[in-house]
Amino acid sequence: MYRILAKERLNETITRMRVEAPRVARKAGPGQFIILRIDEDGERIPLTIAAKDPVEGSVTIIFQKAGATTARLDTLEAGDSLQDFVGPLGKESEFGDIAGKRVAVIGGGLGIAIAYPQAMALSEHGAKVDMIVGFRNKSLEILTDELAGKCERVVVMTDDGSNGRKGFVTDGLKELLDSGAKYDRVIAIGPLPMMRAVAEMTRPIAIPTVVSMNSIMIDGTGMCGGCRLTVDGEVRFACVDGPEFDGHKVDFAEAMQRGRMYKDEEKTSMERHACRLTGGARA
Amino acid sequence: MKPNMTPTKTPMPEQDPIVRAGNFQEVALGYTPEMAALEATRCLNCKNAPCMQGCPVNVHIPDFIARIRENDLAGAYAVLKGTNALPAVCGRVCPQETQCESKCVRGVKGEPVAIGRLERFVADSCMDTAAPVSPAPENGKRVAVIGSGPSGLTCAGDLRKLGYSVTIFEALHTPGGVLVYGIPEFRLPKALVRREIATLEAMGVRIETNTVVGKTVTVEELMQEEGYDAIYIGSGAGLPRFQGIPGENLNGVYSANEFLTRVNLMKAYRFPETDTPVRVGKAAAVIGGGNVAMDAARCAKRLGAEKVYIVYRRGEAEMPARREEIHHAKEEGVEFLLLTNPTRVLGDENGRVTGMECVKMALGEPDASGRRRPVAQPGSEFTLPLDTVIVAIGNSPNPLVRSTTPGLETQKWGGIIADEETGATSLENVYAGGDAVTGAATVILAMGAGKKAAAAIHAKLSGH
Ligand SMILES: Cc1cc2nc3c(=O)[nH]c(=O)nc-3n(C[C@H](O)[C@H](O)[C@H](O)COP(=O)(O)OP(=O)(O)OC[C@H]3O[C@@H](n4cnc5c(N)ncnc54)[C@H](O)[C@@H]3O)c2cc1C
Ligand code: FES
Repeated sequence: MYRILAKERLNETITRMRVEAPRVARKAGPGQFIILRIDEDGERIPLTIAAKDPVEGSVTIIFQKAGATTARLDTLEAGDSLQDFVGPLGKESEFGDIAGKRVAVIGGGLGIAIAYPQAMALSEHGAKVDMIVGFRNKSLEILTDELAGKCERVVVMTDDGSNGRKGFVTDGLKELLDSGAKYDRVIAIGPLPMMRAVAEMTRPIAIPTVVSMNSIMIDGTGMCGGCRLTVDGEVRFACVDGPEFDGHKVDFAEAMQRGRMYKDEEKTSMERHACRLTGGARA
Repeated sequence: MKPNMTPTKTPMPEQDPIVRAGNFQEVALGYTPEMAALEATRCLNCKNAPCMQGCPVNVHIPDFIARIRENDLAGAYAVLKGTNALPAVCGRVCPQETQCESKCVRGVKGEPVAIGRLERFVADSCMDTAAPVSPAPENGKRVAVIGSGPSGLTCAGDLRKLGYSVTIFEALHTPGGVLVYGIPEFRLPKALVRREIATLEAMGVRIETNTVVGKTVTVEELMQEEGYDAIYIGSGAGLPRFQGIPGENLNGVYSANEFLTRVNLMKAYRFPETDTPVRVGKAAAVIGGGNVAMDAARCAKRLGAEKVYIVYRRGEAEMPARREEIHHAKEEGVEFLLLTNPTRVLGDENGRVTGMECVKMALGEPDASGRRRPVAQPGSEFTLPLDTVIVAIGNSPNPLVRSTTPGLETQKWGGIIADEETGATSLENVYAGGDAVTGAATVILAMGAGKKAAAAIHAKLSGH
């Protein structure tokens, strides 16, 4: 069992949790993820490692209440335990010769939770980081304060203009590019349509663009192939070959189609979760 | 006592095919004490025991059967356990027809003795009441076992008995390897696997689940930082192959590993009571002709598919699956499309599978494996309407351990190179066996390899 050490609601849908997992904490690197299971009948869900503390032996995750499992995860409190917590999975981000280079890190929605450790790691590696973060509206704003010190520029975009500028993250990127900003690399993390839009924008101007693929996973070790996607015409497994890939080579249309595989079942699970919250226990 | 010269095996009761195709309970129900006693009298107790040569772990077969005749079940169980750590498992899933039973003298003029059924009977009767094996006190030497499939479990059990402290590192959340994620409940009840593993734990074997060696910790770190004196790699062959035909990434195409893992390990057959879903729809096709394909097809049937096809490019005689599995699948209504090769999976505008294009094959000249090579028959193309396609054309060893263990030599296809007698690899004090070395094989061969490696590790660490 893996104890929850701390829990903090960042807003009404996004929660940060620190979980005791010493082995994972010792090895975790930027871009990697964990898979957890709440209890014996639970499903295995992947979540990005947002931070680690090898001394305390803990790993921080940030999640959005999106399906039945994350909704249920959000009902747990510090002191509760998770049944399973395995990682670090996937490849670490490749930073190579990033020192001194200009990088734009773009995070949309919960993507900021993933973009946040990326931005931190990049700045540690000596990159000059601009951050463009998007939210649906002001209430979804998270982590921006924590980010401010690490980045040269932080551009906040909201769909309704309630905070920062009105528009999508791609509008923010376009403005920066139009104003003469030059980037050696763009890292886009968030919903698939947003990552695709960013990749389409950087393709004609040939800025290398890394995206982080959030495929449906089970084992996370390359055993099932459920997380497969097509990159540059070849089948790759997101859990072991990724999760980061060249955004200009990912077949986004296929990835979006695969992401919808269990839409109906997800609805069933959500309805059951709602039932349980109103008194029904797990059968 | 005069031997019972009945030429056929005492039949084992089974669930009715129509009933069982609608549930996940065990198909074969096992012998009653009377049936077992009767079948035991068919054994001639041959002096040279040819059956034993057919057993990769050398179970003393005539000996355990003699004890059934003497009504000494505890004694029979002790004989089994002496060489086989998992008799309740082997009695169910071993291909006895090509091993022990294929050598049985009774098989010359009739059916061999039902060794597998007797093994299962003894194990089921005794596993809960048998006195726990008392291992030697811990001798201070530590061995790490990677993977908790039959190979790793056997190696761990043997080494613990000899006095080593043993920790198994398992990537998944439940130990057992293919026994829990691959082989379905109706062929091997998971409660039974849990009980066998609990026996090992009671002996002092530690199991760390949720630990992916190569990611969570490396072989090098286990030896250098955590102080393990030797390592046994029993990580199996869990990397699914796909055919590479168009449409394989459509929604509704599963690898057999994914499909079986969802159903068996994640208990998707109880969705939404459990959280992991699986979809089969009304018509499903399984591509392949091995045990894995039969298991997948029979699961699909149980999940409510009205039509389930096995699509195999050679003939039935060439199918690698056990005859019994083929027979069971047919009884349950699985249809066999033989000499048929898929060429394309078809989908609708939402990316969901709607069918599969296939072509008929004919058998030509024998290929490298000695089996006649299937050749496509032009003009024989046809379309099969489907909701689900399950690809069961084989697995290779997972690269996670080898890619993170410098100096560990492997074959081109990914198998770890290990000595056949000892399991020794290219790295000192690192041993390997089971499917990770041989590629996908059988439970008992994997156990045999674990056993040999345990003996070799003991010889190495104790200096004789
Ligand atoms: C569906 C199916 C049906 C089968 N039916 C039969 C049958 O009827 N009879 C028969 O004899 N054989 C059968 N087989 C084959 C048999 O199951 C295998 O040959 C046998 O399980 C191999 O044992 P193993 O211990 O080598 O590997 P596995 O059972 O594959 O176990 C390997 C274990 O290692 C773990 N692992 C892998 N990588 C790592 C890592 N990096 N770190 C930590 N852990 C890791 C895996 O999660 C797994 O638990 C079947 C196989 C399948 C898939
Ligand atoms: S999640 Fe199973 S292979 Fe990637």
